[in-house]
Amino acid sequence: MNTIWALAGVVIKELYRRKDFYVLFVLTAVITIAAGMVHFFNDPQIVNYLKAVCVLLISISALIITIVMAARQLPAERESRTIFPLLAKPVTRAQVILGKFFGCWLASGIALLFFYFFFAVVIGTHEQSWPILNYLQSFWLQWAMLGVVTAMVLLGSVIFTAPSSNVTICFIVIVGILLLGRHLNVVALHHSEPLRGVIYTIYFLIPHLEWFDVRDRLTYNWPLAPWMDCMLATLYAAAYAGLFLLLTWLGFRRKSL
Amino acid sequence: MLLAVCFTLATSLQLREAKRNNPIQSNNVFKLLLGEGRRLFAHEFYVMADVYFHSGYYPSIFDKQENQPAVMAAVRGESDNDEDTTNVDFFGAPKDWIDTFGWKFRLDQHTHLSNGEEREILPWLQLAADMDPQMVQTYTVAAFWLRTSLHNPKEAEAFLREGLRNNPDNCEILFELGRLYNEDYHDANRARNVWLAALRYWRAQSDDAQKSVENKRLCDAILVDLAYLEENAGNWLQAIEYFKMAKPMSPNPDAIQKRIDEARQKLAEQPPAINTPPH
Repeated sequence: MNTIWALAGVVIKELYRRKDFYVLFVLTAVITIAAGMVHFFNDPQIVNYLKAVCVLLISISALIITIVMAARQLPAERESRTIFPLLAKPVTRAQVILGKFFGCWLASGIALLFFYFFFAVVIGTHEQSWPILNYLQSFWLQWAMLGVVTAMVLLGSVIFTAPSSNVTICFIVIVGILLLGRHLNVVALHHSEPLRGVIYTIYFLIPHLEWFDVRDRLTYNWPLAPWMDCMLATLYAAAYAGLFLLLTWLGFRRKSL
Repeated sequence: MLLAVCFTLATSLQLREAKRNNPIQSNNVFKLLLGEGRRLFAHEFYVMADVYFHSGYYPSIFDKQENQPAVMAAVRGESDNDEDTTNVDFFGAPKDWIDTFGWKFRLDQHTHLSNGEEREILPWLQLAADMDPQMVQTYTVAAFWLRTSLHNPKEAEAFLREGLRNNPDNCEILFELGRLYNEDYHDANRARNVWLAALRYWRAQSDDAQKSVENKRLCDAILVDLAYLEENAGNWLQAIEYFKMAKPMSPNPDAIQKRIDEARQKLAEQPPAINTPPH
């Protein structure tokens, strides 16, 4: 277990050594603050549009950080030839996969925490209220989703040769799931067989990441989602992340370095 | 550096040229950056205002759409009974266990903003107006909520006047402006003048335009409000004339006839000296 945490620590250090997080954080902050300075009809109490802009930017930034960070882990080790001394330590391939996964997941969690803290401060200043539990629930669900995303991208890094193609394809797939995932069953109904069967298969196989997107609950001040359902969703995310990591390990085991 | 100089020249020269050709037209940043393509986004921002009015509970392009025109009437303030429209279910029953579980995290109640929270739709209406200044309903809807729920007639008037600058002689905006003068400023004379101007511009439209259902409803609304104005002023003869003009336009001519009969009765009860001749 110490090996896994040691590997994870290296990945977390990468978060604050590289520019990605700082650029996205500053961009999010500048756009949010600029949007907050606009007054519509001289009414300072209008705030929901600011929440919508900020949480959207946070979601996009967190996705970019996670996908880019996870996509370059294994290829970077291969390119710099550090994978050989690593596996000679001895560190098993499974430990490498798990270490990279936990590192990326924890790093994305830390980045997300910073984003949500900024969000709470900015919105709290405008709204004069701090629904901390709502923010925590939204953070937890989004972080659970990023776990699935991290595992999916690690699997992609074993399948695809170039990190750029992995990033592009994973980004398209993940955004596609977020936007269309919950509608595929309706789309399937409008088609005849065999296309209907194909769409239904995709619908039941994909991880439904849109469950974890509770931005609307924050924007429109809805009450908390039931905690039992959040726990079940977390288990669902853990199951899919585990499946993707298993497939990654199987692929990595067979891959020549 | 050459690219930066070209970009700067292009934007500044385009502004000067636009001002020279049409000093009345607004030159906002969206027009400068996006040109006429900005109008594509205007409807989307208008729909966003409706989404916000429903606190996020809104159908996507994949969900039931047949009830949407009636539900969009709520954001325009045309729905008298809030309960009727909030009973509409956009989505139907969940189709499978994934759909059922997904609903635990989604917004699942049809509500309308109220008690001053309607302010949250205003940014989207402002953006829609900036994107397409010729989209008249953004001005009238925003002004309606500003003056009724948000009790801010000054901002409503300013926004309507901006709408008039971008859409000279528009009857809908003039009608809403008249309502503002009548209901918020209680300035009957000004309201009358604005409504008469609206009626004038309505009559100046082509015959085909006048025959559309929406235009007929607008004319009916203008005439009925003028009639109520005259009733309140005790000008029964003029009120009867306006009701008579409204009757062929009205979707409910029996109710108009009832008002005519009531006005005639009031006229008969009044002493002859009070009745002023029609305008």
